[in-house]
Amino acid sequence: MLRLDSVGRHFGDTRVLDGISLTVPDGQLLSVVGPSGCGKSTLLRTIAGLLPVQEGTVTIDGTAVNGVPEQLAVVFQEYGRSLLPWLTVRDNVALPLRRRGLTRAARRAEAEAILERVGLHGAARRRPRELSGGMQQRVAIARALVCRPALLLMDEPFGSLDAGTREDLEDLLLEVHRTNDTTIVFVTHDIDESVYVGDRVVVLSPGPGSRVVHDLPVDLPRERDQLSTRSLPEFVKLRTEVGRAVRGAPLEGPV
Amino acid sequence: MTRRQELLLGLLGAAGAFGICEAVARAGIVRRSYLPPASEVLARAVRLAGDPAFVDGIGVTLRAWALGLGLACAVAVPLGLLLGAVPVAEAAVRAVIEFLRPLPSVALIPLVSLLLGSGTQTEVTLIAYASLWPVLFNTVYGLGETDPLARETLRAFGFGRLAVLLRVELPATAPFIAAGVRISAAVALILAVATEILSGFGQGLGIFIAQAQTETDGTRDVLAGVVWAGGLGLVINGVLVGAERRLFAWAQEPRPEAEKLQRSRP
Repeated sequence: MLRLDSVGRHFGDTRVLDGISLTVPDGQLLSVVGPSGCGKSTLLRTIAGLLPVQEGTVTIDGTAVNGVPEQLAVVFQEYGRSLLPWLTVRDNVALPLRRRGLTRAARRAEAEAILERVGLHGAARRRPRELSGGMQQRVAIARALVCRPALLLMDEPFGSLDAGTREDLEDLLLEVHRTNDTTIVFVTHDIDESVYVGDRVVVLSPGPGSRVVHDLPVDLPRERDQLSTRSLPEFVKLRTEVGRAVRGAPLEGPV
Repeated sequence: MTRRQELLLGLLGAAGAFGICEAVARAGIVRRSYLPPASEVLARAVRLAGDPAFVDGIGVTLRAWALGLGLACAVAVPLGLLLGAVPVAEAAVRAVIEFLRPLPSVALIPLVSLLLGSGTQTEVTLIAYASLWPVLFNTVYGLGETDPLARETLRAFGFGRLAVLLRVELPATAPFIAAGVRISAAVALILAVATEILSGFGQGLGIFIAQAQTETDGTRDVLAGVVWAGGLGLVINGVLVGAERRLFAWAQEPRPEAEKLQRSRP
């Protein structure tokens, strides 16, 4: 269980996060949505231990996070910058396994298995930059999954992809989440996406000094489909509610 | 421009320069003892390849070159990584480096000769000193250019500071280091020949040039020696450029996706 208690953060005089409290049960896919510049990425980097906790506490299973937690994986929006261009796709994916003391052959075998799962088996020996953006982000997802992380943090992972690729990857993420028990924190600025992939959506207020302004469960069936789910009345109702919260509008009445 | 067109143009330029030198000498614009025709110089340079004493000399020069350059890399790369990775260390030695860097290495030849004699030791020391800087600065600069996101990604996967340095920062800096080595390779050759010319005895390409200088009709031999020095530089540069292209193909590949995104942004 991931727990944030009044987490605050400032850069110089600018207050970025203001008392964020959240509890994320194991296995939940939590969408964090908010306008650009509201500190979503800062929140994610704080959970990842890449930024020190300035105020409040972050605990995982009751232990305070101090530095990068164990069994963590991240996927950033900028796949082109977070993959290592000098390694093949397979070696990029196998990289996190280096900390596990596996043989080279075992690492490669695991990497290939996970690449197969994200639909990239044929690309194992290619280099990231030879691939399309969507394929590169699949590689980044495979790399994040290869260690079977307990906590997966995703920072607008599909933000720079075209609509079709984005939908494919949203479904890949859901499929992965169904078959693993990984807790996922999924940051996005896309309201529809936050509802479509999430078990729960948390809305942050615009910065500076972001707070949690809305927190709602997504009671849609776990089996989701780009066309039918998005046309369900419950989906439309949820996305409207999230949309209102993001825009800071009252929860009832016209936007 | 294709690789082939580039090569063709390069050959054309060389032929042009050759033609001008030849014409100037043959037309008597410059006295023959000052500038012998290019064809004579080239013929002499080619004949020198069959002269065992001369070839041994080239071997001596190249050994000193390789030793000095290797030594420079062995010091500059770890030092550059240290300075690039530890800002405190960089701040502490910056003044010293900025003082040493502008000193012309050739001006140190008398001093070092005085200290170490005029043998290989002096030559290697000077070569190493002069070729230290390009490698050092390129290493520090390249390290500063490493993408912070790649570092963060690896840190998030639980890698420690040293592992990130070795797995992300060093490989990402490698093309910069290689470019520094290529620049240093030319500097090292200059220092090798210059030290030999100034120290004046022993064996080597510089010694050959220095001795030819004292002979009555020595201009042709001096120039033939210079042609060899230039040729060596050309070959070394070509080999290193080729190696860089092969090793760091990943750094030169276009990024179609990234470009497309750039364009689609308002």
